[in-house]
Amino acid sequence: MLVIKDLHAKINDKEILKGINLEVKAGEVHAIMGPNGSGKSTLASVLTGRELVEVTHGQVEFNGKNLLEMSPEIRSREGIFLSFQYPVEIPGVSMVNFMKAAVNEHRKYKGLGPLSASDFLKLLRERKELVEIDSALTNRSVNEGFSGGEKKKNEIFQMAMLEPKLAILDETDSGLDIDALRIVANGVNKLKRPDNAVVVITHYQRLLDYIVPDFVHILYNGRIVKSAGKELALELEKKGYDWIKNGEGL
Amino acid sequence: MTDEQDKILDEVTNSEYKYGFVTDVETEMIPKGLNEDVIRMISKKKEEPDWMLEFRLNAFRHWQKMEMPTWAHLTIPEINYQDIIYYAAPKRKAAPGSLDEIDPELKATFDKLGIPLEEQKMLTGVAVDAVMDSTSVKTTFRETLAEQGIIFCSMTEAIKEHPDLVRKYLASVVPPTDNFFAALNSAVFSDGSFCYIPKGVRCPMELSTYFRINAANTGQFERTLIVADDDSYVSYLEGCTAPMRDENQLHAAIVEIIAMENAEVKYSTVQNWYPGDKNGKGGIYNFVTKRGMCRGKNSKISWTQVETGSAITWKYPSCILLGDNSYSEFYSVAVTNNYQQADTGTKMIHIGKNTRSRIVSKGISAGFSNNSYRGLVKVLKGAENARNFSQCDSLLLGDKCGAHTFPYLEVENPSSIVEHEATTSKIGEDQIFYCNQRGLSTEDAVGLIINGYAKEVLNKLPMEFAVEAQKLLQISLEGSVG
Repeated sequence: MLVIKDLHAKINDKEILKGINLEVKAGEVHAIMGPNGSGKSTLASVLTGRELVEVTHGQVEFNGKNLLEMSPEIRSREGIFLSFQYPVEIPGVSMVNFMKAAVNEHRKYKGLGPLSASDFLKLLRERKELVEIDSALTNRSVNEGFSGGEKKKNEIFQMAMLEPKLAILDETDSGLDIDALRIVANGVNKLKRPDNAVVVITHYQRLLDYIVPDFVHILYNGRIVKSAGKELALELEKKGYDWIKNGEGL
Repeated sequence: MTDEQDKILDEVTNSEYKYGFVTDVETEMIPKGLNEDVIRMISKKKEEPDWMLEFRLNAFRHWQKMEMPTWAHLTIPEINYQDIIYYAAPKRKAAPGSLDEIDPELKATFDKLGIPLEEQKMLTGVAVDAVMDSTSVKTTFRETLAEQGIIFCSMTEAIKEHPDLVRKYLASVVPPTDNFFAALNSAVFSDGSFCYIPKGVRCPMELSTYFRINAANTGQFERTLIVADDDSYVSYLEGCTAPMRDENQLHAAIVEIIAMENAEVKYSTVQNWYPGDKNGKGGIYNFVTKRGMCRGKNSKISWTQVETGSAITWKYPSCILLGDNSYSEFYSVAVTNNYQQADTGTKMIHIGKNTRSRIVSKGISAGFSNNSYRGLVKVLKGAENARNFSQCDSLLLGDKCGAHTFPYLEVENPSSIVEHEATTSKIGEDQIFYCNQRGLSTEDAVGLIINGYAKEVLNKLPMEFAVEAQKLLQISLEGSVG
């Protein structure tokens, strides 16, 4: 599904990614872990097409297409979803209208007509239940006045609405208490299917207790320095990132 | 990142003005220039009584002694008032049928503008007075409204048919000496709408006036007078467009509203005069005096305006709160793009006891434009327990435009409470990216964000117009973000 080859990228002339290689297949869950500043969020930005990152070298293919040539909205419509680390507020724009616009854009891209109001509301209700989001949230403005936990739940709700092929969860666990963490993880697990994939970006092991990865990659200083099964996350939890920084675990 | 924003701005600001066409219709025009003879000529063409001519001449004599004010935060090229045509009217073709017959060319024009003049085709529940250049072309639903005693007609007809009402109320809120443009308008105004709602009547439909400038080198000077008698209610809408021309055209109107005891008037404007091209060439100078007076106890006047057009907008829909317990509100969205300039806001003059007012102003600036909010809240000595709340928000798209806020507070009564809040923000790249990531194009994202920002004001508009206004906001900013 996703093939990253020797990816280099910089922000303001500072090279952040220094040769990333990664392949994600349908049905898989990958975790990308690493200390602060290792390039985890930059990788998410490159994949979603955020302009502040400049790709200097390498290729990214998504379902056989050159991802790097697509605008951010086309990547979204092609099925890439980012659960933001810091979801922004859009005052005055209701979640319902926002999602309606998004869902219909995705449908248009697939050659489908817009959903009728009643079909849309049905879908909305269904997905809200699936991810256990408080129904009042969708009547409010996008993320406005949401608590940290509500914002993250709202991200997963949007993921449920858009049914992406590849979901990237950027530090979705940060700022969540244990109950919210469980709800968010349950949502992700319920949306998991053999034909989609998830990339979980996280500092900590705890989210991976709920969203169990098939592969764990350690990103350090712009490179993936170690890849293994889920046990790697536990090892990392025990030994800390110094273990990687000192080059011992490699 | 600045480059990126430039690109965005370019894209959102490069849209075409949809209403820029010219109607090929034979027009009767008087020569350019302004003097007493011209005023006599206008008055004669309109078959006016002597008192009206006197009113005009007095205003003109006063105007000649006045100078154009310079206090606004606007750069206005010098206007040669002798180079303007003060009267232009589409010629009425001698129709074999009824006198009401409208020139098909004119009918087509208003159809194209989305204002069908045949009653059966109209939006249900909206009566329209259609004004082209200096005259009213047609007023719909007059008979239906007359059944309830409501008068809705052109100002020209009102002067002839309802002289007592006109004499009683005309210039009672905006006297000819009020300001430079009010004096000019009082001297040369050509048409506009008159509306009277009798005691106890709730007007069953929205009344509206659609102003269209068509002829070149002309100015449009219309005058609207709305009187709501005791315990009555009316909702009034105003729309306007003009052809695309390289020359600037002057539009200097007066709107007066009078609300008697327990009466309520809602006045909504969607102003979409031609704003000029993207280099700032052409466009309408929209210098308008709009003022309401809450004369009776418990009366209420609401102004809602969506200002997207005009090269220069200079207006302050205001309210004099004379009656005890009266209330006024002003909700405004003003968008400026390219080289547009706007200096707009309101004045709330609290005179009666327990009078209240609310001001919500949302400015949006893009391109190289300048957008100012200017507002006065004045509480006079006798205005016990007066209340005002003002909120002025400015949103900037890009870094070449300006947003300014000039709030003035003059409070002479210690029991009053006056609050003012103001914010300035830039449309966030992170907001746009968030929308992009959900599959929305940048243009749609900006439209969504802008409409969200302006929602509180848009919600005040009657339904059909709210939808129109939303689209208009998006179109006005097309090309300014990307």
